[in-house]
Amino acid sequence: MNAPMRRVAMVAIALFALLIGNLTWVQFVQNDFYATHAANTRVTQEEYSRQRGAILADREAIATSVATEGELKYQREYANGPLYANLTGFKSLDYGASGIEGAENEVLSGSDDRLFVDRITDTFTGREPAGGNVILSVNPKVQEAMAKGIGNSIGAAVAFDPKTGAILGQYTSPSYDPNLLANHDRDAVSKSWTELNNDASKPMLDRSASDRYPPGSTFKVIVSAAALKSGMTPDTMVPAGNAYSPPDTTHVIRNSNDQCAEAQLPLKEAFARSCNTTFAKLCVDTLGGDKIREMATAFGFEEDYLTPLPVVASTTGDLGDKARLAQSCIGQNEVAATPFQMAMVSAAIANGGNRMAPFLIKELQSPDQTTLERTTADELNESVSAEVATGLQTMMREVVSGTNGTGKDAAIDGVIVGGKTGTAEHGTGAAEHGWFTGWAMGADGKPAVAVAVFLESAGDGGSREATEIAGNVMKAALGK
Amino acid sequence: MTASVSVSGPTGATSGSRRRTRRGTELALLLLALLIIMGFYAACDIALTQQVTSSVFMLPLLLSIPFLIAHVLVRAFAPYADPILLPCAALLTGMGVVFIRRLDLVNDPYDNILRPDLATAAGRAEVPLFSGQGIRQYWYVVIAIILFALVLGFLKDHRILSRYAYTLGLAGLILVALPAVLPASISEVNGSKLWIRFGAFSVQPSEFAKLLLLSFFSYYLVRKREVLSLEGKKILGMVFPRGRDLAPVLAVWGASILILVFEKDLGTSLMYFGLFVSMLYIATERTSWIVIGLGLFVGAAVLAHSLFENLQTRVAIWADPWSLYHAQEGPSSDQLVEGLIGMGTGGLFGTGPGQGQPEKVPYASSDFIITGFGEEIGLIGTTAMLLVYMMIIGRGIKAGLMVRDAFGKLLAAGAAFTMGLQVFVIVGGVTKLIPLTGLTTPFLSYGGSSLLANWLVIALLIRISDTARRPPAAGAPVPGGGTGPAKPDRLDHAPTEVIKL
Repeated sequence: MNAPMRRVAMVAIALFALLIGNLTWVQFVQNDFYATHAANTRVTQEEYSRQRGAILADREAIATSVATEGELKYQREYANGPLYANLTGFKSLDYGASGIEGAENEVLSGSDDRLFVDRITDTFTGREPAGGNVILSVNPKVQEAMAKGIGNSIGAAVAFDPKTGAILGQYTSPSYDPNLLANHDRDAVSKSWTELNNDASKPMLDRSASDRYPPGSTFKVIVSAAALKSGMTPDTMVPAGNAYSPPDTTHVIRNSNDQCAEAQLPLKEAFARSCNTTFAKLCVDTLGGDKIREMATAFGFEEDYLTPLPVVASTTGDLGDKARLAQSCIGQNEVAATPFQMAMVSAAIANGGNRMAPFLIKELQSPDQTTLERTTADELNESVSAEVATGLQTMMREVVSGTNGTGKDAAIDGVIVGGKTGTAEHGTGAAEHGWFTGWAMGADGKPAVAVAVFLESAGDGGSREATEIAGNVMKAALGK
Repeated sequence: MTASVSVSGPTGATSGSRRRTRRGTELALLLLALLIIMGFYAACDIALTQQVTSSVFMLPLLLSIPFLIAHVLVRAFAPYADPILLPCAALLTGMGVVFIRRLDLVNDPYDNILRPDLATAAGRAEVPLFSGQGIRQYWYVVIAIILFALVLGFLKDHRILSRYAYTLGLAGLILVALPAVLPASISEVNGSKLWIRFGAFSVQPSEFAKLLLLSFFSYYLVRKREVLSLEGKKILGMVFPRGRDLAPVLAVWGASILILVFEKDLGTSLMYFGLFVSMLYIATERTSWIVIGLGLFVGAAVLAHSLFENLQTRVAIWADPWSLYHAQEGPSSDQLVEGLIGMGTGGLFGTGPGQGQPEKVPYASSDFIITGFGEEIGLIGTTAMLLVYMMIIGRGIKAGLMVRDAFGKLLAAGAAFTMGLQVFVIVGGVTKLIPLTGLTTPFLSYGGSSLLANWLVIALLIRISDTARRPPAAGAPVPGGGTGPAKPDRLDHAPTEVIKL
């Protein structure tokens, strides 16, 4: 009987080897995965015993930790919660962290390597350990102008400093109150969480950066850039007319108000009047799909960003045969862009063609407010040459200040403003999306702000409304 | 007996006819175990109360009393026993008790224990020693040691058990079946009908039944081993038993399935079946029994999986715990995931005793106690604990190898392997190696039945190892030794071979 007993002992050893191997997998190999997992409330709870750093929009504190009497020593509070919810995100006991709260958790919680010396000092001086601060590049006035303009409508707006790529404002509507999720009452939080997730209007979706929409006529900026690059000028005469039938289809492309009756118009005039026929024809007959795709890519389509918040990549999709290419070139078909990307397009044009890397965080501070890291401007690429950029600026100014321009509502007294309106169809019968993307020059003649405003299913007049909001946002950015 | 006590000093005797008793080694190891327990609890207590009071040492000191008594009992009644078994069992038991006490000091959201006084370190320092599950578990230890004493004192030879094999087997069967036939109000806890509850007490009879059946199987298999190892058909180069000899294994298999159906407990059912098949293999030395056993088990498992929703849920949770984490309706995987997060957070060295949050895992003191250790003393700690289990199992099997009667061999190896299987099923379950089934973690888990039963196993193994190592005393028949050394080895099987079919 001894031989099988030894074999049984071997089996027992094998079983234990499996157990130890598996424990090594869970505790050693996957240690980081579990220790930093969003669902790991242990780490969270320990974090709540220290004062978490603040998030500031410029000088205004928008997320702070306040001492409480409860078991958890600090309660996260969001002053003006819904206004900044898509940026701050939330810090919740049971649902982890999102937004800047998640992306910059290490600095805010004080566990960042750069705060190591601070932690050591705290141990010796007996000072209560705290987290570092995150200062956003957001200008509260711009953010407020966006919120005020969009009001209760569904939509989003993004504004940049074109020279640096700093995000001056990024707002989505409807929004939610992150205080509901930062509450220490777990049952209430769980209820809010369910409600927010089941809300049909998706208040936790950041429409400015996390979803894509057909950009409509604002996409004509890209087509124009491709046209200028191919050798045209804003004054080149291009075909117009109120109807165009692309090859291989019975579908006729028309203009929204039959505003382009002339057989030919200068490019800038066709752009200012937003002639669908011109741009569809230009694409099909002259430019071709490759140039459009190439230009869109140069402006950042097919590219996602981390600001450090994620921005999904915009896309031209499959530009398709001639019939569908005609649609693509007026921002329909499979073309889909985030409001964030459309603002980037305007920013690059205003900045002489140089597309800057977008960033949301201006500065990271240690708990005693000394600078840990300051973001510096970084160029991504030259989307278009300075010459093409100047041409595009001329055309975009014509939209705002030309006699037949569609974007007059964005005009600001004494300021050079350019832009492009857009109305995008999506699905049969649904009200159209309204768009505006544009920029304004500062008093010094340098680009001061670039903006995109998007109104979901705003219907007739949506683009006009978006234009007006964009004008007010740019005013706020200019301090007017 | 008195004669053997007199020669069992710490150094043992060195003359040719006497072997070293190695009781000194046992005492040294036991003191080391007590020191580890004391250190661990002191670290827990200080971390949680932020002060050093007498309570830091009280519980470990109280714990050392029954364990030291157990050592004295071994000296008196089983002086030649293996010196590793008692310290290992004491270490695990003691760690369990102090860990359960450590859990008493914090709020437990899953048991709705949310006392304001437990929120602060000062409040935790005020928790009286004689309150909570920790001290209850301590009293279970005391009772376990009393049982341990009774076994060592009265069972002078393990073979006495074989005389009552059928009685024990019947008793075991009744204990197994009892919860199934009792109304759910008495026997059902957390969906498993495994209990008998009266008032504040609940007993898990299957823990004891395991031991009784173990004795019966040992007896039965020793009697039938000749028949069961007869050659039948040869398939794929492997000799299979004759068809009619399959009856007993099918009977146990059927009984296991009945347990599964009526008591809704996969773990227990798996344990009984594994126990029987491994013993059958040891008794007959026929690999074919393992093939048949595994085949039957896989068949039953597949069938059960398709029939019972409970099992499907467990498998689904095992396959993808994250998709069912915080599930709003239906079963959720929170328990498994929280346990994994706890262990994962602990990492290689753990958060340190008392500095983790093991209470965040439901059933932190029973089924999931190992995840709590994983969180606080890390991979190093859990691996060390598993090695301690391995030592108990290894020493148990070694006792079986050394003892000369077939009944003792089967009993020791069966008991040791069953314990290993139980550790594998529960630890593998909470670490997501295999689907989770509720079993207690031997020695560690909160609960009297499991603790008592496992200490009975230790008593039995100590008794068998004592028999195995005991030198034949001059003149007197050696208890358990069977026969004198002069007789041929073959005759040692005599007690079982006379009944050969």
